[in-house]
Amino acid sequence: MRTRLHALVATVALGIGGTAVAQGSTMDEIAKYREMLADGNPAELLEMKGEALWKKPRGPRSASLEQCDMGLGPGKLEGAYAQLPRYFADTKKVMDAESRLVHCMMTLQGFSETEATKNWFSKPGQDSDIEALITYIGGQSNGAKINVPARHPEEARMAKVGEYIFYRRSGPQDFSCAICHGQEGKRIRLQDLGKLTSQAGAGAAMSTWPSYRVSQGAVWTMQRRLIDCMRQARWPEPSYLADSIIALEVFLQKTASGTVMQTPGIKR
Amino acid sequence: MKTHLLAATLALATVSAHAAGNDIATPAEQIFRSGFRSDNPKYWMTRVEQDEAMRLCSQYKDNPPAKVRQKIELTQKASIRYPVDGKLIGDWKEGEKLAAVGTGGHIGFIQPDPPGRLRGGNCYACHQLAAKEVAYGTIGPSLRHFSKLRGTGDDVVQYAYDKIYNSNAFNACTNMPRFGLHNWLTPEQITHIVAFLVDPESPVNKD
Ligand code: HEC
Ligand code: HEC
Repeated sequence: MRTRLHALVATVALGIGGTAVAQGSTMDEIAKYREMLADGNPAELLEMKGEALWKKPRGPRSASLEQCDMGLGPGKLEGAYAQLPRYFADTKKVMDAESRLVHCMMTLQGFSETEATKNWFSKPGQDSDIEALITYIGGQSNGAKINVPARHPEEARMAKVGEYIFYRRSGPQDFSCAICHGQEGKRIRLQDLGKLTSQAGAGAAMSTWPSYRVSQGAVWTMQRRLIDCMRQARWPEPSYLADSIIALEVFLQKTASGTVMQTPGIKR
Repeated sequence: MKTHLLAATLALATVSAHAAGNDIATPAEQIFRSGFRSDNPKYWMTRVEQDEAMRLCSQYKDNPPAKVRQKIELTQKASIRYPVDGKLIGDWKEGEKLAAVGTGGHIGFIQPDPPGRLRGGNCYACHQLAAKEVAYGTIGPSLRHFSKLRGTGDDVVQYAYDKIYNSNAFNACTNMPRFGLHNWLTPEQITHIVAFLVDPESPVNKD
């Protein structure tokens, strides 16, 4: 099984280097290898690992995460990712899936914030529990519609903050999110860029995260995605779980609302 | 009484400022700036500062009213500096290399560029140029056959130089970076890229 997957991924990677260039659109290629991998997105292995981690007693309190409230009540995971970020009365904060998960790791399992977030993303040879858990949590919203109306005043405020940041230009390349993601049908080099300010564009993007990234050989969470986009903008590095990132997520999820989740996705 | 009036005037002023701009700007700025890791060195953090053009473009979502647009274009035009020897056309082969380089200038702790990495113009990220490079982006228009279509007159050369130095001099709030203004490219490097665009021997025009 494992070898088969590896071989497939290798073929796919080759496909990108060769035919994609000739064809001009990576989207066609992605559609093709999504088909090839239909019975085995490598992210599905991580999803299983995440489920086991969710249920296993861990941390100083030796507790599982099964009583974690991701917004629909303790232990209710089905559809939870699709309605995040949202305002939580217990913390008086708008939280996304990742900040809420870390909150549960701290309050239920007794981890310190540093311990909980130490490996928030994986590197070769170093797995990330958060990546696995978020892949599992995301998968539990598969088929659910993204639903972030941002009606609570704090959510509405964060949506506005996110929109403000989306158009905010700075840095040595004068970039903003809108430069790369503000227009329909554009690409940077060969990478297709959606228009994240329309429901269709934001929906196509947001419904497929967390996503397995073939070029990285790893699943990326939305925090990881947005922090890397800020790197591409040539900005300094945001803090993991920063309110600026959560605000962008509220803005994007609000715009994407109504789109059916299909996660874990698979991307370039 | 006097104090009351003053306070009222001040309050009015604040209200109208908010109505004109948006009252989210202040908290949003604070959230954006405090969202960066506290161990980013100070000289990295200067990258979140905005000059007037950036501020206005952000405020109007890159679509400023005519008056603001004009003002931006004038001040940006005035920023353009030329090489000491006054020659605007360099070596197209150097320009070809610079146009293709998309690395350089990435900072942060996860995947920064190594120090001293060549910073290029990354023109292919957004433009088609030489026909043989098929991995080009489409954020900007195709520049293929640049001087074949426009000629090689002084005005064309000057326009190419000025546009690369400060794109906003011609089109306020364009998606194209201001390469010269930010010292991302030196005036000499810009002359090489100008040559890549206008030299009849350059693959931009030849193929
Ligand atoms: C310099 C260009 C650039 C900038 C600036 C940029 N991004 Fe990106 N973004 C990309 C690229 C390239 C991808 C990946 C596309 C691919 O791999 O096909 C991407 C992917 C994304 C995705 C996932 C899209 C999908 O379809 O899955 C989101 C969401 C996103 N960016 C949001 C943002 C936000 C928010 C900002 C501002 C903080 C931003 N980006 C700034 C280039 C950029
Ligand atoms: C982030 C995308 C981006 C990058 C990178 C970029 N440009 Fe542009 N460029 C644009 C856009 C968008 C336009 C059209 C709007 C305008 O005129 O500013 C443009 C316009 C131009 C024009 C004017 C075209 C005309 O028809 O008058 C020239 C010349 C040009 N770019 C050259 C370059 C060169 C040379 C480079 C590399 C040093 C470069 N650009 C890098 C986005 C980009």
